[in-house]
Amino acid sequence: MTNSEELALRLRRHVVRMCNRGGSSHVGSGLSMADIIAVLYGEVLLLDPTRPDWPARDRFILSKGHAGACVYAALAERGFFDVSELAAHYTNGSRLSGHVSHKGVPGVELSTGSLGHGLGIGAGMAFNFKRMGGQQRVFVVLSDGECDEGSVWEAALFAGHHRLSNLCVVIDYNKLQSIGRVSDTINLEPLGAKWRAFGWHTVRVDGHDHDALRSAFEERAENRPTCIVADTVKGRGVSFMEDQVLWHYRAPKGEEFVAAMLELGVDVTGAPNA
Amino acid sequence: MRDAFVRALSELAEQDERILLVNGDLGFGVLTDFIERFPSQYVNAGIAEQNMTAIACGSALTGARAFTYSIGNFPTLRCLEQLRNDVCYHHADVTVVAVGGGFSYGQLGVSHFATEDLAIMRSLPGMTVVAPSDPWQAYELTMQLHARGGPAYLRIDKGSAGLGAGPVELGKVRMVREGSDAVLFATGGILSEALRAADELDAEGISTRVVDVHTIKPLDGDGIVAAASECGHVITLEEHVVTGGLGSAVAEACADARVPLKSFRRIGLEDVFPEIVGDQAYLRARFGLDATSVANSIRMVVN
Repeated sequence: MTNSEELALRLRRHVVRMCNRGGSSHVGSGLSMADIIAVLYGEVLLLDPTRPDWPARDRFILSKGHAGACVYAALAERGFFDVSELAAHYTNGSRLSGHVSHKGVPGVELSTGSLGHGLGIGAGMAFNFKRMGGQQRVFVVLSDGECDEGSVWEAALFAGHHRLSNLCVVIDYNKLQSIGRVSDTINLEPLGAKWRAFGWHTVRVDGHDHDALRSAFEERAENRPTCIVADTVKGRGVSFMEDQVLWHYRAPKGEEFVAAMLELGVDVTGAPNA
Repeated sequence: MRDAFVRALSELAEQDERILLVNGDLGFGVLTDFIERFPSQYVNAGIAEQNMTAIACGSALTGARAFTYSIGNFPTLRCLEQLRNDVCYHHADVTVVAVGGGFSYGQLGVSHFATEDLAIMRSLPGMTVVAPSDPWQAYELTMQLHARGGPAYLRIDKGSAGLGAGPVELGKVRMVREGSDAVLFATGGILSEALRAADELDAEGISTRVVDVHTIKPLDGDGIVAAASECGHVITLEEHVVTGGLGSAVAEACADARVPLKSFRRIGLEDVFPEIVGDQAYLRARFGLDATSVANSIRMVVN
């Protein structure tokens, strides 16, 4: 197992634990993108956990804010704050909200939760870096269902027009959205072709293959923004959650929690909430 | 007023390369000089106000001092959630500039009447809300908004009060006419109607104080309460619905301070959409916001 694969496994354990403790939704969404987040936070993003406000850092935006547990976990694993603080997720008085928030959470660049906001902000950051001669890169993770939002395509047009080569979007394409299949709701196909038509360098990868993700992040077009369409499985890593819309909502409790953690290599029998 | 804003922004842009004007594809002819002089401090986001706001916000979060520019409700209501979640929650240095407050575009129809903007912008946490009454004030307040930093909303009006330049301070009301029988608070260019109403009443022996409330938020509660206490009869005038704007803000300030008023009346657009068009003066008169209607209201309460 590579370092990023080990990190992905730890992120999955955190996500399941956090959703169990807090009784929160979106466990499947966090598991879906755990590999993408692990490669980004483990290897790609230029960050300094001791200086969360370091101006030269890369920027990461989770536009699908409902999967924020996974980002909080990645930040804790990278040392932005202590892993023990993850226990506060979703609890009364906590800053670790169900949808990712930057207030009082070092390392979070943007609070999201309403879909369709992140890409425009990311494009604004990339535009301003380019304008001011900065070398920073901006990464934005979108959900597939989020691509129903018109604001995503406003931003895609802008980034394509301005040739924002310092901007990279990853679409966590797990083919399930809020209450059903993407293809039955608002079909996105041909998804890569749409982004290409908007002026983006587009690659399609297995969103759970770390080598493939790594090379996709390295592969930068000179004068175009990059869109990585990452084929993923919602709930990846826990067999009974995989490709099930139920786990967009349901929090793993009792035996389900024990079974999920066992699949992730941890026996939590007898633990609180098990 | 619009040109005065552009003049102020040009002066600021010259001194501060962080200034970035993000345009919503409007301002034909008005912005030509700015675009030529400051090409790296200008971008046209196209007809996409949500993205215009997002680009400004993302730029501000990485060091820019951003202004968005459009007309009517486009830079406010069309992208309200971007203003709330992105600009205000992140306290981003974005100033929203809307040309065409109230009935400025009176012939263009209801889509172009900006008549709920003050109420909506005022409700957003951390948002400064400013409606200048004259071009010189638009210039001065743009400078002061820049010094203060965003989030802010600047409502630019076609009408103007016609007063000469004088001292103006963001967040402080400005008494523009002495009076003691009643106080008339007004915001934006419609201050001109307030002044005419006061002239009319003066001839009848009713002394009406006129106060320019160019800053709706943060509201100068002390200044409002002092004038209300001294005059007793309070009237508010705005080219805006009576719900949530200047009238509501003044009422809240007086109620919070338990000012014992003799009377209180809000003049503005009632809970309706105008279904006709006309120039600004025509629509003001038609909906009871002109000097004659205002004078009548004051006459009724004072006599």
